Amino acid sequence: MRLDELTRSDFPILQRIVNGRPLVYFDSGASSQKPRAVLEAMNRYYERSHANVHRSIHTLGEEATELYELARDAVQRFIGAPSREEVVFTRGTTDGLGLIAETIGRTLRRGDEIVVTELEHHSNLIPWQLVARDRGAVLKAIPIREDGTLDLDAFDRLLTPRTRVVAFAHVSNVVGTINPVIEIVRRARAVNALTVVDGAQAAPHLRLDMSALECDFYVFSAHKMLGPTGIGVLYGRRAVLESLEPGRGGSEMIKEVWIDRAQWNDLPWRFEPGTPPIAEAVGLTAAIEYLEKLGMDRISEHERALTRQTQEGLARIPGVTVYGPPANVERGAVVSFAVEGLHPHDVAALLDEEGIAVRAGHHCAMPLMRRLGVVGTSRATFSVFNSPDEVSLLLTTVAGLRSAL
Amino acid sequence: MTGATPSASSGLYSDVIRDRWRRPRHRGELPGANAVAEDVNPLCGDRVRMMLAVAPEGRITEARFLGDSCAICTASADVVADLVSGRSRGEAAALDVSDVLAVLQAEIRPTRMRCATLPLSVLAQALDGSAKP
Repeated sequence: MRLDELTRSDFPILQRIVNGRPLVYFDSGASSQKPRAVLEAMNRYYERSHANVHRSIHTLGEEATELYELARDAVQRFIGAPSREEVVFTRGTTDGLGLIAETIGRTLRRGDEIVVTELEHHSNLIPWQLVARDRGAVLKAIPIREDGTLDLDAFDRLLTPRTRVVAFAHVSNVVGTINPVIEIVRRARAVNALTVVDGAQAAPHLRLDMSALECDFYVFSAHKMLGPTGIGVLYGRRAVLESLEPGRGGSEMIKEVWIDRAQWNDLPWRFEPGTPPIAEAVGLTAAIEYLEKLGMDRISEHERALTRQTQEGLARIPGVTVYGPPANVERGAVVSFAVEGLHPHDVAALLDEEGIAVRAGHHCAMPLMRRLGVVGTSRATFSVFNSPDEVSLLLTTVAGLRSAL
Repeated sequence: MTGATPSASSGLYSDVIRDRWRRPRHRGELPGANAVAEDVNPLCGDRVRMMLAVAPEGRITEARFLGDSCAICTASADVVADLVSGRSRGEAAALDVSDVLAVLQAEIRPTRMRCATLPLSVLAQALDGSAKP
């Protein structure tokens, strides 16, 4: 049985009729839909076990704490992290990248260098711009080649003894490029630079193994991987996390406090000030269990087939341009395209009239848009519940668009 | 699958929008423009440049626009250029989005409203001279 046939009925929202047509949701790259298991787990938590975590002695507090910490175990297993102390909960990818940029930022000196890439989401660019400005550091970007892949020779030339951080996306949210994490980490480590990986577009689609990737930090969101909004994960290598001062202060992240100083809590709580997103952690556990039950390899395979069908189908339509690596190169579950003579927003609006949800615009990657020479693109992204029939509908509809406006 | 091609009679893209998107009347450079502004829509990256030729007594003799923009934004810019031509600075500055929507005759949804209003805010910048040309 195909994965979409197996999973479709698990997603209540797929019953929606949009503009008189069954919803075809091709915007999971922005935020995925949620299976019933996630919704029910969060409801059950709120209806039976909700209390604040860690500081409550009563029964509900203990249950909430246990459920919250179980989520950490689930994440540890899901990403192949060596230990649970390396899993820090955040509010999402943007929050996690901001947190780590601020935290590492405090250790930077004037003239230190930060390397990003030309295809970063603004969330993995702006925090480094702010840090570079505040610390007098130098920000550099690895250029991309015509096919949307990173120019690693240029990367080698950017690396110097002053390079302190290399921050890059695992999978591009626009062109779907899968960056060679292990290779980039190896080269960064040769100059003793820390590596920060934005995994927002990888975690929902690829089997992750932190022990194999060996990056120092890996950041992602729950809401793009069938989980709820409002929670994300910052994985950090223990030795590095231990060496860093907490970026933000508040309750929970301390052991003892005086008016003028404090002693930090152990990992991972040192980096989790305030009441965490507890129900969202419960939802994330359910999302991980759902993904694990399907199997990440099977998910990758399903989405790769949809991606290839879309990429090849779109490329055959006259007047349609497809961006990113060619079809024979593996890519994430993302296809960005343009229809000649139509603005991407109009493409998205016209597709919406047929019930098809795609994203359009700059996808929070303006430097990449500039590099591609466009204002924006239309983008279809895929998840476990999408079917080849839905892709066929997208292709027929796009083929008819040029006469529509 | 029936009706895979979006119908031509949809509410979002009125005939006015379609027509002005295909054949804008005021698109192009305006040599001799003396009030010029350009701005972007941060949501989508659309860019519109309004160029006005303002006579010494303050009347707008001609308005043109250039833009990397969607159908709604382009049509709106074209309508704005139409509406300000021949008007005084004050009259042009008093132009409201409802004036533009009345001409466009479309059901602009909240998510696309900024597409319709961007040319107006660029016009305002051109008129008050605060924008860099």
